Amino acid sequence: MNNLKLASVSALSIAAASMASSAQAEDLTLCWAAWDPANALVELSKEFEAQSGHTMSFEFIPWPNFADRMLNELNSGGKLCDLLIGDSQWIGGGAENGHYVKLNDFFDSEGISMSDFADATVYAYSTWPKGTPNYYALPAMGDANGWFYRKDWFARDDIKAAFKEATGRDLAEPKSQKELLEIAQFFQGREIDGKTVYGASIFTERGSEGITMGITSALYPWGFKYENTPGSYDMDGAVNSPEAVEALEFYKEFYETATPPGYTNSYMGESLDAFKSGQVAMAMNWFAFFPGLYADPNTGGEKIDFFVNPPQNQAGSTLGGQGISVVAYSDKQDAALEYIKWFANPDVQAKWWSLGGYSAHNSVLNDPGFKDSAPFAGDFLEAMGSVQDFWQEPAYAELLLAMQKRMHDYVVADQGTAQEALDKLVEDWTEVFEDEGKL
Amino acid sequence: MSETPATRAASATPPSVARKIKGLSDRAIAWIFVGPTIFLLLAINIFPLIWTINLSFTNFKANRIGREVKNVGLRNYERILSDSDIWLNMQATAHFLFWTIFFQVLIGFTLAYLINKKFKGNDLWTTIIVLPMMLSPAVVGNFWKFLYQPQIGLFNYIVAFFTGKEPSSFEMLGSVQLAPWSIVIVDTWMWTPFVMLICLAGLRSIPDYIYEAAEVDRASKLRQFFTITIPMVLPFLMLAVLFRGIENFKMFDLVVQLTGGGPGSTTELTSINLKREAFEKWRTGYASAYAIILFVTVFGLASIYVKALNKVKER
Repeated sequence: MNNLKLASVSALSIAAASMASSAQAEDLTLCWAAWDPANALVELSKEFEAQSGHTMSFEFIPWPNFADRMLNELNSGGKLCDLLIGDSQWIGGGAENGHYVKLNDFFDSEGISMSDFADATVYAYSTWPKGTPNYYALPAMGDANGWFYRKDWFARDDIKAAFKEATGRDLAEPKSQKELLEIAQFFQGREIDGKTVYGASIFTERGSEGITMGITSALYPWGFKYENTPGSYDMDGAVNSPEAVEALEFYKEFYETATPPGYTNSYMGESLDAFKSGQVAMAMNWFAFFPGLYADPNTGGEKIDFFVNPPQNQAGSTLGGQGISVVAYSDKQDAALEYIKWFANPDVQAKWWSLGGYSAHNSVLNDPGFKDSAPFAGDFLEAMGSVQDFWQEPAYAELLLAMQKRMHDYVVADQGTAQEALDKLVEDWTEVFEDEGKL
Repeated sequence: MSETPATRAASATPPSVARKIKGLSDRAIAWIFVGPTIFLLLAINIFPLIWTINLSFTNFKANRIGREVKNVGLRNYERILSDSDIWLNMQATAHFLFWTIFFQVLIGFTLAYLINKKFKGNDLWTTIIVLPMMLSPAVVGNFWKFLYQPQIGLFNYIVAFFTGKEPSSFEMLGSVQLAPWSIVIVDTWMWTPFVMLICLAGLRSIPDYIYEAAEVDRASKLRQFFTITIPMVLPFLMLAVLFRGIENFKMFDLVVQLTGGGPGSTTELTSINLKREAFEKWRTGYASAYAIILFVTVFGLASIYVKALNKVKER
């Protein structure tokens, strides 16, 4: 009888447990951009599926359409995404418009501490208003704009000798923005192995964010500031400072004298193509692509090396990367939070880095072996120490599009002067902040 | 009683539908049929138009639903009409509009005139010529983007072959001077067949006896062309210009694929700029005012043009 009771209780328990687990099992959809790290995340998430019983679906949007598609989704209160790895600049709009779930209580209850993540990434990817302990995302993917170059070309004796003769110094990774330009100009139009090659591919894209991300990589090392006093929206004299003008003129000179012909609208894809096809000696792009570049059978391995965006008046790199947020319109928020909890785990973060994702967790970044774990790991750490991001205001799209227009008009379309372009940018941004009621 | 043609006709005529559906007049039944169409027209055309006019006087942003919506009066209109950048967009649109229509009419009419002559393979050539307009603008845009590529593009190589220049020495899409012409070339390539077909219909509608009468009167070929062909094809040509004008005023997809509005804002047509304001910057109130201004412009110009067209037809 006892055995019968025990068997009945066991059967009931198993049935109840299986019912409970099937009731909780959700199909979560994670939305992100379609690029190399997204594939790594699919691989990583298999572990979460096995542990939690939830299944994961992914919606990856090509970069040029990513912002449009996802911001429309959020603005319309869409339920497509339960989790969103959104750009850092969206955090203001995500928080103020109620698109993202505030995570403070969840972090407190689960013992997730933001001090476990790199300060720059927490500030950039998680907080709104900036710098306050109000968290709307967990740092998911650290990133910055960096450089890579043809190490095999830099090592050739004939090229080294020609460079020495032309510039009077040794050919090596540039230590300043001006050295970077000098090297790019040296390679521009040069014959290597019977093929004409060019200096570098840089960002000039007009439609989304390309040229802004490229130009800020010059502006920040020159000491560019968005405001005279942080939080004041007082931009005149900061955005159009003499240093900013000099940096902008530098970028235009770079575009005109050291890039391949026809690179009037190039961004990540074009930069990668130019490098992989052996067209350029150097290229700028996000660190996120570096693992794939290093693994490339034709131009990777021993043929490639990486360097951080060179300083000029100071060190400065353009911030990329994203935080992972729970979408407020999702019906599966509990399961989505489970994913965040799992993702914050140091072991998962270590695996994330090993698969090609850029973890922002201190346990990974501060590991003594981290710097040597990949040829670009040390550069990544260095870059993340001096990153600066674009406006993260709710009106960021208006601010970004204004900058795209002014910069493309000046750099690519050769209209007006750098001073005029930046003055007009200040006018545009002032109008946006006036409309926002912040000025 | 014998059946007469009149009685047969009377019996073949269906009884009034109103008599079948008791209590409803013919007029009421007509409304039942027309009503859904009118409702749809009001719902998807008239109501949005009125709503857009209403929004154009506000600072509404569609991505900030919770934000207080203020009435800003005519401020949006003032800002648009005094914005020098928008006037540059208007200029770019006018340039595109004028030259595409000019070339399409010129080449389209010439092709139609040639195709109208009976020759061997006439039908095959007609089919080949109309192929471009059967393609999707997105495909055409991407296709020409490759053709214009300065290093590998066929277009640059052909120009280089005839001019002796280096193919990579000029950039059709990247140059401020050439980009506006590059979009004109592609649109002309794609839509000239459309103008050609309309002109061909016009040419084929001219009865042969008019030319025969002119021959009897010993009118020269040139005289026949200017006094018979052109006047009789003119209404068709004007119709083609109207269609292409309206289409090109709202041109978006092809140009976005080719240049994205660049370099800078050189090829940023008003439709591209409007889309950026409405769905990228989300300045809904401002974009509504912009749309109303464009609507009034197109509507006004089209009305004047249609009156002129009717006068030509009456002649």
